[in-house]
Order: sequence, then structure tokens, then C-alpha cells
Amino acid sequence: MSENVAEGPSGLQIHPMDQFVVKPLFGGEHINFYTPTNVTLWMALAVLCVIGLLVLGTRGRAIIPSRVQSVAELMYGFVYKMVEDVAGKDGLKFFPYIMTLFVFILFANFLGLIPMSFATTSHVAVTAVMAMAVFITVTIVGIVKNGFGFLELFWIKAAPLALRPMLALIEVISYFVRPVSHSIRLAGNMMAGHAVIKVFAGFAGVLGLGAVAPILAITAVYALEMLVSFIQAYVFAILTCVYLKDALHPSH
Amino acid sequence: MEGELILMGKYIGAGVACTGMGGAAIGVGHVVGNYIAGALRNPSAAGGQMATMFIGIAFAEALGIFSFLVALLLMFAV
Repeated sequence: MSENVAEGPSGLQIHPMDQFVVKPLFGGEHINFYTPTNVTLWMALAVLCVIGLLVLGTRGRAIIPSRVQSVAELMYGFVYKMVEDVAGKDGLKFFPYIMTLFVFILFANFLGLIPMSFATTSHVAVTAVMAMAVFITVTIVGIVKNGFGFLELFWIKAAPLALRPMLALIEVISYFVRPVSHSIRLAGNMMAGHAVIKVFAGFAGVLGLGAVAPILAITAVYALEMLVSFIQAYVFAILTCVYLKDALHPSH
Repeated sequence: MEGELILMGKYIGAGVACTGMGGAAIGVGHVVGNYIAGALRNPSAAGGQMATMFIGIAFAEALGIFSFLVALLLMFAV
């Protein structure tokens, strides 16, 4: 993304997109599908953190939970309640899937906020895989559970008959656009936030020791980014629940 | 000359596409503002509608994301 280099007249150089370059870990130029890159490293670290919290943290199975165990229990209860509220009782069969998505995205987002780390969820390629998996799962579940009744999702019985073909067209378009918005929402939010921090860091680099305002701005944006990291993981999981509810009960 | 004109059109197009995000901002602000207004009238019902608010935000935001996508496509793909 060398086109995106911003060069001011005073030699101000900001490379906000350089942090998203995928590099092989052990040198070399070619990236094959098996090459360990910084993306695979940080995704593996996210998985290790999840295992550390949810498997090792709850190993004691204490009645009075330790601090780590109570965090893991809180997280489990939070996602369980979300699935139950949004997708309904019969959506609970998919609770492990949604829990996996939520926890993985949450940890990938938060690990991406560590300075000098790599935000894996800022790549559309990463989020698109998760969004397509959700889309395909939901479509298959809907067709298997309801057969042709699944098409009632597009044929809205509550609307007047004259309006229904028009609404059906809109519903079909909005259905097939779901994986696009689902994946780009997460990737775009993460990418934009990191790029903003990097732009302010560029200002701080130019101003040197007197850079009070950019550093305050970075602190504020960083706090906002922590909130956004959580909310985007939450939104991704809750939208999965909404899509699942549509597949399980297609009639509006 | 020709190439510079095309480049100019690309950048102007990407910039104009970003105005769509302003519309998404209005939409998200509308959703949250109405949620807060409702929550202050009836605080006991506010907690249960939190998830609905986030779903509403996500749907309003999706359209802003499409304009962002158009801008990205103009910058890097066209």
C-alpha cells in the first residue's frame, strides 16, 4: 500500500497503513499458504490466550472461583444469555460456535491493541472467512430446518400483496449482502482505529518532546479503541445470533 | 495528463464516497439518542433493550460501511 504514503511539504512522513503489511516471520519474500507470517503468529497467540483463560483458568473448578475462573464464568454466562435472548431456546445448540467466534474476535482485537503487535482482525481476508462461515452455516441450517418454508424469510406475509414482490427483492439483496457488511464492519472498524492512532503517532514523532497534544489524543483514541474492540466482537456475535434466529424461525 | 486526470477522479470519488459515512453517523446517533430518551423515561426497561440497540446500530452502520468500501475500492482496486 505504498500509494497511501502521505508526504507533507515539511518532510512529515506518516505511514498509517504500513502496520497492516503481512510479512513472513523467518525472512524470505514468498508467502505460501503454509508460511508462518505475523498474521498466523498473532492468531495463534489469540488462541493460546483463549485456551489459557477458558481451559487452564477453570481447571480448578473451585466452588469459590479464583479471579481468572470468575472472569471465564462471567464471559460464558454473558454469551449464553445473549444467545438465549436473541436466538431463542433452540438457538442454544449453536452456543459453542458463537462463543468461539466471540472469544476469538475479542482476544484478536485486544491483542491487536498492544503496541507493535499485529491486528489480525483488521484484515478483510480474516473476517471474511468468519463471516462466510456464518453465512453458509445459517443458510444450510435454515434450509435443513424449514425446507421451502425458509423462503418465507423473503416473502413477508404481514405486508400488503402489492408490496410483497418489491419487498422480496429488497430482502433478497439484504440477505446476500450480509456476509459483506458482517466482515467489513469488523475489519473496517479495527483498521480505521489503528490507522488513526498511527497518524497521531506520526504527529508526535515530528513534534518530538513537545508533543503533548498528540499524546493526549493517542491516549483518548486508545481508550475509545478498547471500547470499540469489545463492541465489535459483541456486534459480530449478536448479528450471528440474529441471522440464526432468522434461519430457525423464518416467518416474520 | 490523461492518467493524472483519472487519478484525480479516483481521489475525488473516494473523498465524495466518504460523505456517506456522515449519513451513517446521523443514523447511529439517532438510534442511540432515541434509546437514551426512552431509557430515561423508563429506566427499568432499558437493560432489556440494550441488545436491540446494538443490532440497530449495526444495521445503521452497515450502510456507512458500504460507502467506506466504495472509497477503498476506488483507492486500491480501480
